[in-house]
Amino acid sequence: MKLILNDELIEENTLPSDFTALRYLREKRGLTGTKEGCASGDCGACTLLVGALEDGELTYSTLNSCITPMQSLTGKHVVSVEYLSKTGELHPAQQAMVESHGSQCGFCTPGFVLSLAGLYENKQSSEQPIDREAVCDAISGNLCRCTGYRPIIDAGLSMFKESMFKESMVKEPMIEGSNETPYVELMSKNDSIKTQLEGLQTEPHDSSNYLQPTDLEQLAHALKSNPAATLIAGGTDLMLENTQRYRDFDALIDVSCVAELKHLHIGETSLTIGASVTYSELEDFSKTLYPQMNALLSRIASRQIRNRGTIGGNVANASPIADLPPLLLAFDADIQLLKNDGSTRVVNIADFYQGYKQTQLAKDEMIASFDVSLDKLAQFHRFYKVSKRMEDDISSVMLAVRFEEKNGTLTDVRLAFGGMAATPIRGLKAEAALTGKLINDEQALNQSIEALRSELTPMSDMRASSNYRLDMACNLIRKAWLELNGTDVVTFSGHAVSDSILSTGSEASNHA
Amino acid sequence: MRKLPQDFTLGAKNAANNRLLPVHESAIKHVTGQAVYIDDMPEWPNELHVATGLSTEAHADIVSINLDKVRAYPGVVDVIVQADIPGEIDVSPVLSGDLLLAGDFVHFIGQSIFAVAATSLRAAKQAVALAQIEYKPREATLHPRQSLERQEFVLPTHTISCGDAKGALESAPNKLKSDMYIKGQEHFYLEGQISVATPNEDGGVQVFASSQHPAEVQKLVARVLGLPVAQVLVEVRRMGGGFGGKESQAAVLGCMAAVLAVRNRCPVKYRMPRQDDMVQTGKRHDFWNSYQVGFSDAGEILAAEYDMVGKCGCTADLSDGVVDRAMFHADNAYFLPNARISGYRGKTHTVSNTAFRGFGGPKGVLLAENVIEEIACAVGKDSLDIRKLNCYQTDKDTTPYGQKIDEDVLLTLIEELETSSDYRARREAINAFNKQNPFLKKGLALTPVKFGISFTSKHLNQGGALLHIYTDGSVHVSHGGTEMGQGLYTKVAQIVAKAFGIDYQRVNVGSTRTDKVPNASPTAASAGTDLNGMAALDAAMTIKGRLQEFAMEHFAIAADAFAIEDDQVILGSEIMSFPEFIKLAYMNRVSLSSTGFYKTPKIGYDRKAAKGRPFLYFANGAAVAEVIVDTFTGEYKVTQVDILHDVGDSINADIDIGQIEGAFVQGMGWLTSEELSWDDKGRITTNSPANYKIPTSADIPEKFTVKLFDRSNSEESVYRSKAVGEPPLMLGISVWCALKDACASVADHKISPPLAVPATPEAVFYAMQAAQNHKAGVNGEVAKEASL
Repeated sequence: MKLILNDELIEENTLPSDFTALRYLREKRGLTGTKEGCASGDCGACTLLVGALEDGELTYSTLNSCITPMQSLTGKHVVSVEYLSKTGELHPAQQAMVESHGSQCGFCTPGFVLSLAGLYENKQSSEQPIDREAVCDAISGNLCRCTGYRPIIDAGLSMFKESMFKESMVKEPMIEGSNETPYVELMSKNDSIKTQLEGLQTEPHDSSNYLQPTDLEQLAHALKSNPAATLIAGGTDLMLENTQRYRDFDALIDVSCVAELKHLHIGETSLTIGASVTYSELEDFSKTLYPQMNALLSRIASRQIRNRGTIGGNVANASPIADLPPLLLAFDADIQLLKNDGSTRVVNIADFYQGYKQTQLAKDEMIASFDVSLDKLAQFHRFYKVSKRMEDDISSVMLAVRFEEKNGTLTDVRLAFGGMAATPIRGLKAEAALTGKLINDEQALNQSIEALRSELTPMSDMRASSNYRLDMACNLIRKAWLELNGTDVVTFSGHAVSDSILSTGSEASNHA
Repeated sequence: MRKLPQDFTLGAKNAANNRLLPVHESAIKHVTGQAVYIDDMPEWPNELHVATGLSTEAHADIVSINLDKVRAYPGVVDVIVQADIPGEIDVSPVLSGDLLLAGDFVHFIGQSIFAVAATSLRAAKQAVALAQIEYKPREATLHPRQSLERQEFVLPTHTISCGDAKGALESAPNKLKSDMYIKGQEHFYLEGQISVATPNEDGGVQVFASSQHPAEVQKLVARVLGLPVAQVLVEVRRMGGGFGGKESQAAVLGCMAAVLAVRNRCPVKYRMPRQDDMVQTGKRHDFWNSYQVGFSDAGEILAAEYDMVGKCGCTADLSDGVVDRAMFHADNAYFLPNARISGYRGKTHTVSNTAFRGFGGPKGVLLAENVIEEIACAVGKDSLDIRKLNCYQTDKDTTPYGQKIDEDVLLTLIEELETSSDYRARREAINAFNKQNPFLKKGLALTPVKFGISFTSKHLNQGGALLHIYTDGSVHVSHGGTEMGQGLYTKVAQIVAKAFGIDYQRVNVGSTRTDKVPNASPTAASAGTDLNGMAALDAAMTIKGRLQEFAMEHFAIAADAFAIEDDQVILGSEIMSFPEFIKLAYMNRVSLSSTGFYKTPKIGYDRKAAKGRPFLYFANGAAVAEVIVDTFTGEYKVTQVDILHDVGDSINADIDIGQIEGAFVQGMGWLTSEELSWDDKGRITTNSPANYKIPTSADIPEKFTVKLFDRSNSEESVYRSKAVGEPPLMLGISVWCALKDACASVADHKISPPLAVPATPEAVFYAMQAAQNHKAGVNGEVAKEASL
């Protein structure tokens, strides 16, 4: 394994396959600025920035190092907090955090700094402004228990502003200064790093326990020569086995770099989403094309997780509370399965789930891609996610709905749920009660809801009670129906609603 | 000009001695990753790592323990059970019952039964899973309601009363009778519990702890090792958050590491992975509060009878103080002419609950504010009017425990915030909005907090410091307080700088060590600056007095001709730099080192009479919160928060505002998204940040303003400042009340429907349903959340 860690070219050939980046930095490199807060990708104290070459461009994104195998970062530029002030000057993100009093106990701070530095990097290099939404998105996977976030958001918003303090403020904290801190350069514009990374791309990745094929041919070979290996993509769920249940993995085959599994394109009749496409990639892709899908994606986990987790992983993991299966159910998506011998077959998502955490996937199969009909994508659809917390939370209930309408009549209805059964599930009776009815037939709506009550019996757990889940499922159907009929139903789930629209806020108030 | 983070004018009196306020002393180290937490310290090659085997039963006898496979696991160096502890087995902070390792009996799921020291944490964790333990279960008490029924308490019940509560309640024209279950809270400090112990050459041990109470860690480590306390040294540089969770809970880690370190003659680290931390360490107490209130037609409270049952868990830990403080704050800002407040220390077979920012107070304040909301609906008035009507004021100025409210702050502060937040106009706008909008409902509430400052255990109200000046004029100060992010070290350095009249950067605050300041109180009860700042000030003034004496003699000047201002020493007509002067003092054999001490005056509470003055003063504040709720789902957003808070003369306004905002959001989290959940076996099911949700940046409103109330502390606190750590946590109650208000709006405020704590979307949804049912005249069951 070769990679660039901060400004050092690293070669490491003895790591266990599942040895995390966090442990590597802390235990093998003495880079203790990166912290372990939870070891489950939920707090962001371990956030790193990772630079990768894409189409010749060097781009940086954040990830949770606590659940990322170190070897998955082969050929990348790994940036920890120590790098940012390497020149002896603070990075704008660090400077802004100091000036805004963005740290109290300081333990989460390096993670926030890297998330903000990533935001700075991406916005600055594309010359875009940073707004509050962008800051909150960047730090959506960073928990702080001390500050209440206001000063951290302020820091994010002020990263471009002229620095108020001199860098030497610790020694002379009382001295006012107005000198701009001349931060060296953007990392993505660092030609030396870029050149080194380009050099690394041509090197063979010769780890014996962590295989990272880049095309189907290599993948087939890897599978054949390591029949006992475990498949890993983003690893955002699999690695919890390692960090929470202390399971040791032998060989891992990383499918996240297989070019054919990364396809994301609109064909003549369908949208194809490769299994190794990350949430962030689909989120980006869908931004203007499919705003409802984009809104749902923005509510899945955190930015760090979305940068790593894959669509295929979300579906194959077969969690009944995953958010993409209902979406795919609503569109009757086809799943392309790939066998180790290279053969493929197609299974409809409706037939994919067999029971709790059980799928049609045979031992020697993996998901290759999803095909979603463009016609269906063009029809009315909504996704509603209800959870205790808006950011980085798992659904209590999720509804994906699609209504096909012809001449005022509902000709095809999909009501697909997460959190309502042992698998992602459609409310078939509820769908039937609406199908063939006029779109504004409220009696049909009520019948549909009644039907749903009779066909689903969700469970109670720490996220929600059975009653609440059922009541939500019904209310969300009503909400979708109202939206279909043109009623303006503001909803918090599915997309962020700006405070400024919602608060009574008074101009008379003399507050900032 | 430097930007101030809030609309706050930096008055000369507010700055300790500087034009600009220092940022947190570790700010740059934080942002560069250079700040060292215990897990960041270099490890020795022979360092061992600890994991413990946990009870899987809530209440059981242990029939047999087989650890053969554990001992045989690769990497395991040592395995200990209770019998291997050389000294005492009890590591309780105050009373007894908390055992370092269980013996033949367990009383909560997650209790440590044995401990493993291995060459890596991973090996230790893998090994402990191999233990075979056989239990004979006993019946478990899991709910405070059961504790009360079974009269199972960890400590005796205490009652505070004034007037004739029973009589006044009977004759009151209007009455309320209900109960509310208030769930606890996980601390979720970002740095989990950790200690490293290293044996020294004398058979003693040095412990690096992440603890708010190093003196107690020291005492307990000595106890389990059977050593004199003086042979144990505990050092705390900083914690990655504490919030009360490292007041008593941290000692177990220090003790376990120390026992294994001494046995194996090598450094031992005990770091709890997050899940162990969430399962094994105590949390904020749940409270089950029953209340009866009598009130006039105008909404004036005439009588109150409160029964408050704390879910203390399996042992007393700090629960006596926690339940007391809940009782002391059941009045919050409101005068109760006739009251009986009883506090029960319910024993349950769950992890022993502990200190958490507010220390019981929030459970009293929430009860008080809930009562106000309900009275307001009952008499058809805005809840703010009921608050002002009942607020402590002239002639209504004595608490149920007999302490007079000397300062006339509360009502003034509330009215100032009422105006500055435009409360009345917003209320009208919200009413109009709610009438028009069938799907969204807004809510608004202004809630105050009055929080008593002093430890309710009188002896803890003392602070110590040790101050040195070196020959180059640099100053080193140690004190008994610990740094957990609250900025204590920064404030103490400012206080010392101001006391001497020197630049802040001359002052270094070192690690908190038990060999520098002995027998220190925990950094808790918001009292860190009050106690340690005063002690440091005392030490500074002692040395300054010596310097003055020296100057008078050496330069033959009058006492008032000596001064140190702006880092310059004024000696009559002569001016000397501080380092020069210090050098001179040293050459003339002036002692440049001193201890400092402080004990809080005036306080005392007579427990038998349940009367007295437990607090030196009160810190006050108020918040207005506005929320909007989706009636389809109960989901909501907090859209605006305005806070006005009383910190006296602030020593560092930036740090104080940080405390206020952080506490507010933590309080809001407790009451909204943070829900502890337990199954019917007594197992906590919210054991990770994947299922326990503290607020994120998206949960705070864009319109979020904090202002400091401009008035000095009337008591002689350090530079007339006021404590700030805990009180603003209770400002988060404004969010809960605003949600309740939004629910009540569905029933045109004819009732204030019961709202569970925390008010998750589910809880809000069912409270709205209850209001809806009330309005529709449906005699539906009020959907009150079952509490277990």
